[in-house]
Amino acid sequence: MYEFIFYLSSAIAVVAAGAILVVRHPVHAALYLIVSLLALALLFFLLGAPLLAALQVMLYAGAIMVLFLFMMMVMNLRTERNLPLLLPGNWGGISLLALLLWLVLLLLLSRSSLDEAGSITVIEPKEVGSALFGPYLVVVEAAAILLLAALVAALYLSRKGKR
Amino acid sequence: MNVAQWLLTLASLGLVLLGLVLVAAFMIYGERRILALLQDRLGPNRAGPFGLLQPVADILKLISKENFVPPFADRMVYTIAPVIVPLTVLLSFAVVPVSEDWWLADLNIALLYVLALSSLRVYGLILGGWSSNSKYPLLGGLRSAAQMISYELPMGLALVGVVMLSGSFSLKEIVAAQTLPFIVLQPLGFIIFLVCGIAETNRLPFDLPEAENELAAGYNTEYGGIQFAFFYLGEYLGILLIAALVTLLFLGGWHGPWLPGVVWFALKTLALIFLFFWLRTSLPRLRYDQLMDFGWKVMLPAALLNLLMTAGLGLFWMEN
Repeated sequence: MYEFIFYLSSAIAVVAAGAILVVRHPVHAALYLIVSLLALALLFFLLGAPLLAALQVMLYAGAIMVLFLFMMMVMNLRTERNLPLLLPGNWGGISLLALLLWLVLLLLLSRSSLDEAGSITVIEPKEVGSALFGPYLVVVEAAAILLLAALVAALYLSRKGKR
Repeated sequence: MNVAQWLLTLASLGLVLLGLVLVAAFMIYGERRILALLQDRLGPNRAGPFGLLQPVADILKLISKENFVPPFADRMVYTIAPVIVPLTVLLSFAVVPVSEDWWLADLNIALLYVLALSSLRVYGLILGGWSSNSKYPLLGGLRSAAQMISYELPMGLALVGVVMLSGSFSLKEIVAAQTLPFIVLQPLGFIIFLVCGIAETNRLPFDLPEAENELAAGYNTEYGGIQFAFFYLGEYLGILLIAALVTLLFLGGWHGPWLPGVVWFALKTLALIFLFFWLRTSLPRLRYDQLMDFGWKVMLPAALLNLLMTAGLGLFWMEN
């Protein structure tokens, strides 16, 4: 059962990601991206990272993609005028990227031993929290500063009145 | 698990689903009667004793209506959108315990799971509004997207206080930790969560996405028949979910003297649902800019303050 769900959600993730390339309408592409993200969240959950799965759904599928859709709705895109992402001329670049990704995966898989990949240890939210605010505190603070800078920049760029 | 256990699980799931849909249907009846009472009218009282068969009549009417897709709509998305709303809410109920012994699943990230599903619910409204391909639904969809994002943040932050006090994301353990209901320890968090909950379910005074008298019916203007019923079902199930969550998180869940736990849970939840209906008759609708200002300039700072105070006091208490 477990393996069935795993392969099913992997298949959904891959097919939905492929569909993003061929559909004509940007909103449909965004929907396939959401489906792909949700399937990935299920994979995270099955592989023992419940917190990561929940955050994937909340932040990526639930917040960022909502903003994407919001922008697309404001732009009023029409189906007839749009082209899919995957045009005959783009095959070269995409194949090159896929090849590179495949090489990276191969490298990663060859470095990790098989029995390590087979066993699953569930990582509780508490452990993630104490890791983030323990050994990785500097990284968290750096990310916080980066986000604050982005916020200030967005406020500056969108200000009204005198320049 | 063998076949018999699977069948038992499926049967109990079916029973819970049926129960929830029936509760939602009777909530609509209850709301109409209570609204009528508060507005000095009679309300639906024709079908059956006290009009109790009104939900059945409504459901039959909506099912027998034609399922019409406007020619200008985006067919696929238009058909999927209404299903998303009740589906996500029904899935959230999987982790909601009703009493100490009555629960379906005890996930240790239950609270995050509920939040994640509630952030997916908005897709029903956005996509319904967009795929209808006409002006009012689009405006309704845009509003619901902006509203959800603005109110989800303080809602999540208000919950962090509860999680700090109980030390768990599991709803069962949060209730178990409440020897004293958390409303006493987290009054600000309670108010923020309740207000954001009302905003998340699109109820008055936050029902801008559907605002009958300016947007026709907002995101569901083009919908009819069973598809419209799905939106409606999702809205009332959403109210039930928020009421149940507030009960579990802040009002001590099934804790209470004399009566069995389930009764206490039901009583507290029903009282909160009554509050939802009462607010609808008492408050005027906010304007869009007021809604956004209130969300970002009042709720968010208040939620952050609550978080800071809870963390500070907790640290102080732990040190001494």
